[in-house]
Amino acid sequence: MKGTLTRTAAALLALGLTCAPALAADEIKIGFLTTLSGPGASLGSDVRDGFKLALTHSGDKLGGLPVKLDVVDDQQNPQTGRQTVERFLKRDKVDLVTGVVFSNVLLPVLPGILQANVPYLSVNTGPRDYAGEKCDPNFFAVAWQNEDIPAAMGKFATDKGYKRVAMIAPNYPGGRESLDGFKRLYKGEIVEEIYTKLGQLDYAAELATIRVAKPDAVFFFLPGGMGVNFIKQFDGAGLNKQMALLAPGFSADEDTIKAVGESIVGLYNSSQWAADLDNPANKRFVADFVKTYGRTPTMYAAQAYDTALLIDSAVKKVGGKIEDHAAFQKALKAADFQSVRGKFSFNNNQYPIHDLYMREVYKTADGKITNKTVSTVVQGYKDPFAGECKMGG
Amino acid sequence: MDSIFIIEQLINGIGYGLMLFLLAAGLTLVFGVMDTMNLAHGTLFMFGAYIAATVHEASHSFLAAVLCGVLVTMLIGALLEVTLMRRLYKRNHLNQVVATFGVILLADDFVKWMWGASPIMASTPAALAGPVQLLPDLPYPSYRLLILVAGVVAALALYVVVNHTRLGMLVRAGASDRPMAELMGVRVQSVFTLVFVIGAALAGVAGALMGPLTSVQIGMGEGILIPALVVIVIGGIGSVRGSFVAAMLVGVVDTAGRAFVPPLLREVMAPALAADVGPALAGIAMYVLMAVVLCFKPGGLFPARG
Repeated sequence: MKGTLTRTAAALLALGLTCAPALAADEIKIGFLTTLSGPGASLGSDVRDGFKLALTHSGDKLGGLPVKLDVVDDQQNPQTGRQTVERFLKRDKVDLVTGVVFSNVLLPVLPGILQANVPYLSVNTGPRDYAGEKCDPNFFAVAWQNEDIPAAMGKFATDKGYKRVAMIAPNYPGGRESLDGFKRLYKGEIVEEIYTKLGQLDYAAELATIRVAKPDAVFFFLPGGMGVNFIKQFDGAGLNKQMALLAPGFSADEDTIKAVGESIVGLYNSSQWAADLDNPANKRFVADFVKTYGRTPTMYAAQAYDTALLIDSAVKKVGGKIEDHAAFQKALKAADFQSVRGKFSFNNNQYPIHDLYMREVYKTADGKITNKTVSTVVQGYKDPFAGECKMGG
Repeated sequence: MDSIFIIEQLINGIGYGLMLFLLAAGLTLVFGVMDTMNLAHGTLFMFGAYIAATVHEASHSFLAAVLCGVLVTMLIGALLEVTLMRRLYKRNHLNQVVATFGVILLADDFVKWMWGASPIMASTPAALAGPVQLLPDLPYPSYRLLILVAGVVAALALYVVVNHTRLGMLVRAGASDRPMAELMGVRVQSVFTLVFVIGAALAGVAGALMGPLTSVQIGMGEGILIPALVVIVIGGIGSVRGSFVAAMLVGVVDTAGRAFVPPLLREVMAPALAADVGPALAGIAMYVLMAVVLCFKPGGLFPARG
């Protein structure tokens, strides 16, 4: 009796398994791996909230399909990231993966995702590795290539006439590529290039080194709490009276402003997006983000919002048939959506072609500290690696 | 490389060393006197930081914040001693490590529930946000100076307690030969509790002071526990004097590693290679120091047990 029961159950199970692929997709399963604890926690929260806001805007669906969103904290730890992604791919069989903030988490898990032929949409980091020769039809950098925003800052420093610049970044791929990006469009002399441990929060030794180098300006790439501490300690050491501070937009965004306070006013920073960009998609995004979460969105939130809009547009384009992988990829590459940053399209390597802006932190009439757009530094910027990518446009 | 630069880095190193000492002192006392491995020491450091940051934000008084941070940490320490540590003294080291590791996990989740997973960006008191002019060419952050002074005061206080009070005598006796101290009629139980609470107080001071310099976050205790363990191993387990000397050494070596190794490497090798090797070498400087010390003095610099 027991044997029959087991056999029936097994038969039913087998039937269920063989039937599954025959059904059209009735939902889109998204594995969302992001950083929700540790020094990068505020970044991941904004990524998650931006993505969820876009879901609300498209009626809790993406391109008409109900969404099964699984948000998991990677603790900024590659090991945790790996285990989670394995689960996404093998057990949950997700349709796409997205959400990772830090390149040191993304790089170890990316090969597995791409080999499983699952699209990965990057809401933040855009590593050099996958921009050139190793570009992959399943990898979409929705935010930027790691060099884009620092490059704009390098051009700005040249235009400002800073002759000597010191640079500091954490010693991980994102940090190194950022400093390379700055160098690409900067024409002056680099007097110091300092790499610290990722997650280091005390910069006493590094600030003393910078003081001795006497540069005209310091460019720092220190995402999250690292940047907050750097700015505070930079001011604490009195260096703000001796040299200018140059930041990529991440380190002068709402989360940093809130944590640093008054002394951040006047900081120039480059970004592919700003809260005051004048386009209808952005206005709706900013207004609703403030209404829903009670805080002004950051670049991270804007990037994640764009990512969700992109998925929405692609699913719509294929009429919900995401199981037709080639068509879905093509629809993603078309990038047929209204980005909150204005003009947006994918280059042949599936990294963005977009404008880069200069922002300045200022104090509004009613005492609120926030960013305003000052100018467009580069128009239609493309990363320099696309030429090495064999994929067609 | 001018002398101002070297002086500044030296002060930075001593400041970091003093904070390490506050942690290592408690750790070495607990290990030396009670022969108990307490991995949860870093957790007390974390609680000190969280409580101070919370009180500072609510009351805007930094003094009140530090006092509250220290007092509550002492209470937590006492609670931990009475409920758990007391049962572990007679167990072997593996039991102690596993149990106190469990405390870390529990405490981290408690903090996550109480304060949330995002770190708190504790602010320095507004009066101490700027630099003071130490030397004509050397402005130094006033908050770091405060930490330096507080660290020296705490170290002196500990010195007086350990070397010139009856309690200190009992502690030293316990550290150098516990069974003999017991046989001489020392009430070990109450000494143990007191030592544990003193250790908690020092960890609380360090946490409350370090919070605004780093950031107050889950796992901050584990991050600093490792250099603190290096310090007590170099200093000789159980010796407060040893841990002071070792903390200064580790503080200075770690800072010097970050400040001097990368520029030196750039002189002798290609910039790209130097950028690869430099931070890695700087990161292991204190472990190299530990290895060298242990080569010549396997019991540490000042072993408490001859």
